[in-house]
Amino acid sequence: MSGGAAAGGVVGKGGPKSFLLGVLAWVVGLVFFFPVFWMVVNGFKTEEEAAADPSLIFDPTMEQYDEVTAETTGLLGFGEAFSNSLWAVAISTFFVMLMAVPAAYALSIRPVAKWRDVLFFFISTKFLPIVAAILPLWIIARDLDLLNTRLLLIVLYTAMNLPLAIWMLRSFFSEVPRELIEAAQIDGASIRGQITSVILPIVAPGLAATALLCVIFAWNEYFLAVQLNNAGGETVPIWVTGNVSTRGNFLAKLSAASTLATLPVVLAGWIAQKRMIRGLAMGAIK
Amino acid sequence: MAEVRYENASRIYPGSEIPAVNELNLDIDDGELLVLVGPSGSGKSTALRMLAGLEFVDQGSVYIGENDVTLSPPQDRDIAMVFQNYALYPSMTVAANMGFALKQQKVPKAERMERVREAARILDLEEYLDRKPKNLSGGQRQRVAMGRAIVRKPQVFLMDEPLSNLDAKLRVQTRTELADLQARLGVTTVYVTHDQVEAMTMGHRVAVLKDGVLQQADRPRTLYSKPVNRFVAGFIGSPAMNLIDTDVTSEGVAIGTLGLTLDPSVSSALTAQDDREVTVGVRPEHLKLSTAGLPGEVTVVEELGSESFVHVTVEHRGEPLVLVVRDAGETTTTRGDIVHVDVAGPTHVFENGGARLGE
Repeated sequence: MSGGAAAGGVVGKGGPKSFLLGVLAWVVGLVFFFPVFWMVVNGFKTEEEAAADPSLIFDPTMEQYDEVTAETTGLLGFGEAFSNSLWAVAISTFFVMLMAVPAAYALSIRPVAKWRDVLFFFISTKFLPIVAAILPLWIIARDLDLLNTRLLLIVLYTAMNLPLAIWMLRSFFSEVPRELIEAAQIDGASIRGQITSVILPIVAPGLAATALLCVIFAWNEYFLAVQLNNAGGETVPIWVTGNVSTRGNFLAKLSAASTLATLPVVLAGWIAQKRMIRGLAMGAIK
Repeated sequence: MAEVRYENASRIYPGSEIPAVNELNLDIDDGELLVLVGPSGSGKSTALRMLAGLEFVDQGSVYIGENDVTLSPPQDRDIAMVFQNYALYPSMTVAANMGFALKQQKVPKAERMERVREAARILDLEEYLDRKPKNLSGGQRQRVAMGRAIVRKPQVFLMDEPLSNLDAKLRVQTRTELADLQARLGVTTVYVTHDQVEAMTMGHRVAVLKDGVLQQADRPRTLYSKPVNRFVAGFIGSPAMNLIDTDVTSEGVAIGTLGLTLDPSVSSALTAQDDREVTVGVRPEHLKLSTAGLPGEVTVVEELGSESFVHVTVEHRGEPLVLVVRDAGETTTTRGDIVHVDVAGPTHVFENGGARLGE
């Protein structure tokens, strides 16, 4: 949807060309949004309605939501999956940010020797397809007795998101005016003081954006979770697929579950967006 | 408060062979306002940053008072700096910006507020203390940057072109205020500018740099009347000194057909040097339009109200040469007039290498 607004804004007002571009942008936007919309709609239908010819006219029901969130002994419940996901996402993101901030500082504001190589090393850890690493990961996790635990996912998600967070934060840090840091140095601030009092308030939008991305990636992660945590410590994506049944219709149930799985990310995005206002550095220089 | 001393201080940027600052020797007295001036790339900002601790000193030493601060980090030098673009902390209010250094020094809050208010009163910023920098005008931001420096009562003020982001009128006004403030506080100040008018009007002494090398450090008047070399002669003064390359003959030196009377010290230096080509320098106010002298045609008349500058094209060594002559504000000379130019004041002679000859 934002694509529509941006395209319209860039072209400016007037002219048949800009009108056509605007229409095109809306069409593209709607095409992208429609599946999400349809998922939400289907979640409020009965299984029969969802399986029948697509229609927007129906009697909305919470039946599917009641069913997918119902706790059944011996089966993975929504509450448990949600809490597992929440722990893995929140704690891994916390540790990622805790480590990425000093790393980004050392790679941008006061670059260490060979910082380019270091930066390349970080991103190179993402070159290996995760499927190629799954067996060693599984063996290590088994030997450490970490299979099917939240701790395992916290560790893996931290490792998974850290390189990306460092890269993103580094570019935000690089935009901090050099004079501001020098002013803080002359004012007698320690390195910690420079980071907390001067740099972080300026890069706050960047921190929010980076944390949001880490949250999204960790929340949506499925492959590692399903391979390593299929008998305990399961996360929301695993719970969603648990609503696929081999017998009978499940489209409405799956839609309801998917909608529930999507909500926290949307919420996180909405919160982060408020912090992502531009112009926090305004007035600093000139 | 303290004196500042550079001793053979050099800065060679990594990957460069030519020093940005080359064996700088400079003593700055306690309470003095010294201006570092020079064209861009002259090393004036680098020299200041070496004193601030923001630039590594590759050779030599820098002293503040009795302390050798060559290797000290900026935090330990007890200096305050005003940056060209002010570098105010955008997330903090004016009061927090000004009090930040005191907070780092763990000054109690009550005293901190007291000192911030005092500085705000001096700089007329009291009503803006709760504002953020983005809600201030350029002139106000400049004053906050000043306030941040004076609140600390440091040993030395460092100012890196602090007025260059202000418009012309405000710059002139702030220039006077700043000089006055510095005199009242009596804090040793090193001030960097590329504007020679700013340098001349503000500096107790002015140090002229070129290509990282100190050319001359003197009182403004001495700098103006006795420039040590051709570069300083041309750099200081607006409009610039007329600099004319000429040959030495048995009669001395001449501009076109106009023979110059030289100071005896210059004459003897000329003979001793046996230099066949020299540069003669005459300031526009030491030339006059007259009935006798070197004839020429007026090409431009710049009328400034209190004075005018007349550009006269004369013939020198068989080629046209433009001399700038100061004339009265209510000059009647216009473009195309044929006038005569005569010398009416001291002249300067520089040898081929640029150094001043004689006294």
